[in-house]
Amino acid sequence: MALKVVEEWFNACAGCEMSILNTGENLVDLLSELEFIHMPFLVDHKYYGKTGEDSQLEIPEADVAIVSGGVRTQQQKEILQQIRQKCKTLVALGTCAINGGIPALANMWKREEILNSIYASSLPTEVPAWLDRVYAIDEVAKVDIYIPGCPPHPQNITEAINALLKGELWSLPERSVCDSCPTRREKKASSGTTKRFFENLTFSPEEPMDTMRCVMEQGFICLGPVTRAGCRGDSDAPRCIRARVGCRGCFGPIRKGAKPMVDMMSAWSSIGLSPQGVPDRRALLNRFIGAHNNLRPLPKR
Amino acid sequence: MAKTLTIEPITRITGHAKIVVDLDDNGNVADAKIVTTSMRGFEQFCIGRPAEEIPRIANRICGISSWDNHLASNKAIDKICGVTLPPAGEKLRRLMQHLTWIANKTLHFYFLIAPDYMIGPEAESRNVFTIFKSNPELGTKVIKMRQLAAMLVEHFSGKVIHPMAAVPGGFSKPMIESEREEILKGAEELLEFAKFSMELAKTEMLSKYMDFIEQIGVINTGFLGSITDDGSWEIYDGKLRLMKADGNCEDFSCEQYTDYIDQHIEPWTYSKFPYVKNWGEFGLQSDNSSIYRAGALARINVCEKMATPLAQAELEEFRDKFSRPCQYTMLYPYASLIEMLANTEQALALLNDTEITDENVRVPVEAKAGHGVGCVESIQGTLIHDYETDKDGFVTKTNIILGATHNTAAMNLSLKQTAQTLIKEGKYDQGSINRLEMVIRAYNPSFQD
Repeated sequence: MALKVVEEWFNACAGCEMSILNTGENLVDLLSELEFIHMPFLVDHKYYGKTGEDSQLEIPEADVAIVSGGVRTQQQKEILQQIRQKCKTLVALGTCAINGGIPALANMWKREEILNSIYASSLPTEVPAWLDRVYAIDEVAKVDIYIPGCPPHPQNITEAINALLKGELWSLPERSVCDSCPTRREKKASSGTTKRFFENLTFSPEEPMDTMRCVMEQGFICLGPVTRAGCRGDSDAPRCIRARVGCRGCFGPIRKGAKPMVDMMSAWSSIGLSPQGVPDRRALLNRFIGAHNNLRPLPKR
Repeated sequence: MAKTLTIEPITRITGHAKIVVDLDDNGNVADAKIVTTSMRGFEQFCIGRPAEEIPRIANRICGISSWDNHLASNKAIDKICGVTLPPAGEKLRRLMQHLTWIANKTLHFYFLIAPDYMIGPEAESRNVFTIFKSNPELGTKVIKMRQLAAMLVEHFSGKVIHPMAAVPGGFSKPMIESEREEILKGAEELLEFAKFSMELAKTEMLSKYMDFIEQIGVINTGFLGSITDDGSWEIYDGKLRLMKADGNCEDFSCEQYTDYIDQHIEPWTYSKFPYVKNWGEFGLQSDNSSIYRAGALARINVCEKMATPLAQAELEEFRDKFSRPCQYTMLYPYASLIEMLANTEQALALLNDTEITDENVRVPVEAKAGHGVGCVESIQGTLIHDYETDKDGFVTKTNIILGATHNTAAMNLSLKQTAQTLIKEGKYDQGSINRLEMVIRAYNPSFQD
């Protein structure tokens, strides 16, 4: 019998759902074994019945729930709590669900500051209210499987679903992006200061990836040392490195509870690079992980 | 007795929204609204970030139109830095945009709206999985074709969702000959798929649902879209054109958008309501003259011609049948497929241009105080990223209007017209309720500011 799946998105962008579709031919194979019974992006199940007359919000019972996005509104929190009650296994899909993601940069401001700035004096009042900040899924409900990434790699999604079909859990190994990066390292930066990305890296486009010198050693910002590997899939390099740009940490920290801010300082100093030239360090190193109180409003100076 | 229907979530769209229909004591529609139920606040949290990092943050506005947001963001910063891109840098950006549009138009037509037409508006189960079960050959084809377009972008640029390969001043890497050949081969396949989709839309939509198209969601508005200097359909650059409902046009540069467009706010939705301030005062009545629409139908209306032969032939056929401007909301998806033909033709032209493999793809930029407006078309409509920076190149002010947001007022009007047409004396069922959503789906909305 097909595995019943509930899929829901919260403070997200649809990129995680697009990544499910990017499993491509694997999706064709998986479709016979999965039944999506609630998935706002593709399927018509409604919270209040087909004609919108029910008074209670209803999420169907399922074997697995896959949720993307952090929790921004009170309504999202209630939906998530009901999903947890109705579904046996809860999968947090993508970095927003796991760590708040880019939208949790909002946690650098008080809720009212943001709303007032965007709507000036005409604040919408008859809408689902914002919570005080953006929460990760596991701050509201127990999570069984984490599939990180912004977006997650389709290969990881396929692996996790195949594990679920066998009744097993799945997790990404705790390795760094650098561990999966083929670029050439000499353990020493080419100059002492970090440069902003105002010019391209030095590389030969016709040559294999392992002929290019490490992005950090070229003096540019790369968060590979403090970011979990997994974006590479079967390709020859992590995604950003394939594009010849530095990593920005979209798979989140290598392990739960890691402190990228501290670990990155030592990564820079180990190759003789001064972090002084790195602009906006707090937001950069917490760009994808603003939930769990990693980002909060600072007192006004 | 008066009552309220709450259709939530609106499904097979992007973002978070619900339909609220108020019925009076006689069961007739007193009011119908689309409520956007969430908002994230990108305009705020881009402030304080280094300008060169914004294209890697603002791309997260939408996981579907992430390349469009990425490009509009880069263009705003190009302008702040005062740079002119090397030709290959601009051509690579354009190529990525065309290819992602093919993937995303396939998504919209086949995954989001086709179930309503091919399975039927009243069917119990209307979704891409049902299409897949009833017609596995077609289902497999569309899954593979969307995947092909997406992976051509991913293999070359690293990421199709939330990209980083466009950079202020150009592109992060040149295209080598073997990459060009691979993408060219794929693009040729996609051209055949675009032709196939156009014909399918004619048999499955136009020939079967013309009454529906003529009656449902029809409103009278102006239109906004991008065009080249000679008036051709354009999605990456050019000037903006506003066309009134009577067909009169006014063209302006994207920097001038605030001279024309203002935004209204209502207390019951997170979405703002852009309107043309020089056309009249904003109001949510069907005869309000300040309301305009953006997206596929708008672009097809405002352009004088398509720049490529197959798309031009389709445009001529479209105008013969539906005149210009065409106000039929339900023809948005059809207009979108004419554009998909143009995307494949223009992608092929770029790939056959030897300059695309030139190694010079970026000019260096520097931190600068300034003001830049970057516009591109996203599938949903004209995307406007407006930033100001300080002398260290940090963002101090933003205004971002998403493509779909231009249609907030128009979608509400289309919904109300449809609800009042279909729901009378308390009679409605899941088929009529689904038709309310079909009108909204036609716009390809994205409720996520």
